[in-house]
Amino acid sequence: MIETTLDIPADARNPVEPFLRMERMPHIWCAGCGIGTTVNCFTRALLKSKANLDKVAVVSGIGCTGRVAGYARLDSFHTTHGRAIPFATGLKLANPELQVVVYSGDGDLFAIGGNHFIHAARRNMDLKVICVNNMIYAMTGGQTAPTTPLEALTSTAPYGVSEPAFNLVSLAEAAGACYVARWTTYHVMQLSRSMEEALGKKGFCFIEVLSPCPTLYQRRNRMGDGLDAMKYYKEASKIRHGAPTSECSLSKSGEIVVGKFVDRERPDYCELLRAQMCQSLGERYAEPEVVCSR
Amino acid sequence: MAKGFVSIAAERCKGCGFCVEFCPTRVLVLSSAFNSTGYHPPHVVAAEKCSGCDLCGMYCPDFAIFGGRYAR
Ligand code: SF4
Ligand code: SF4
Repeated sequence: MIETTLDIPADARNPVEPFLRMERMPHIWCAGCGIGTTVNCFTRALLKSKANLDKVAVVSGIGCTGRVAGYARLDSFHTTHGRAIPFATGLKLANPELQVVVYSGDGDLFAIGGNHFIHAARRNMDLKVICVNNMIYAMTGGQTAPTTPLEALTSTAPYGVSEPAFNLVSLAEAAGACYVARWTTYHVMQLSRSMEEALGKKGFCFIEVLSPCPTLYQRRNRMGDGLDAMKYYKEASKIRHGAPTSECSLSKSGEIVVGKFVDRERPDYCELLRAQMCQSLGERYAEPEVVCSR
Repeated sequence: MAKGFVSIAAERCKGCGFCVEFCPTRVLVLSSAFNSTGYHPPHVVAAEKCSGCDLCGMYCPDFAIFGGRYAR
């Protein structure tokens, strides 16, 4: 054991503790994995937004990032693979008071759950979607994902990936998201600020976070460890707020455009539904009653 | 006198070194000693330089370190 002889106030606590099930630590994420860093940013965003934690729900799909739901000391749901968004949609419709956050990985949200993503964005469901993008299917063994950049080596592409990857921010904008940002785990302050902004905004908000995966992505590509990825993010990132998302695609080792790309207003699903019903049914339309017992 | 303090849960650390690399005032280095899971946790070499900014806490993926400012 290493002793430190610092003068630490007796009541000092790690600010993440109230938000996490600390009894489940250490978590399963690898040394140098960035998912925990995104969780720090999220918990600080929650703290700053002064959200009522009884009204915040976290929904995850399957995968390394899917574990976030299990560690969050909130109402949290670890759903089936790819189905975080439909589950979250149901949750939101049944209890519109909830602030519903979808916290999942690139494979879960854009491959298995790709269709759900575009339709929730199109309808402008009031969900905050945080996608930790490690550019690979990590938990299942490092297979090529729709986000794996060209030429990268994966367990299913030993000679290099030949198919182009999705540009997630462009996809989100085209599908209708009203808030779109991208950061990396190096940009902790900006990421936390973006998450706070999204928590305060109505409608479908999407934040992509590039995060190191030393074990399954970087090792095969000889890209070093987690710290090497962080240094790469630091050097290769360019902050360009409002950049056209179509110009922000990612490559294996090129420039990473980060920033807030889209921040617009659109009526959300519930408003549109109500407006349509009122128009068609007039006085016969009654607001559905929401009964939630805790 | 330092403005801030940094608290390290060495047993939870996985030795990624993010805190050491990104501490703006270079308060930390990775120790040569091991924790019980075989990683080298950080240790404080310049406590007086700590501003309590908590950047180390923002970066640490294992929730093993955080900084804070003294209330005075
Ligand atoms: S609180 Fe700030 S100054 Fe102190 S060790 Fe952490 S990063 Fe360095
Ligand atoms: S960031 Fe956390 S896990 Fe990484 S070396 Fe520092 S204390 Fe250890």
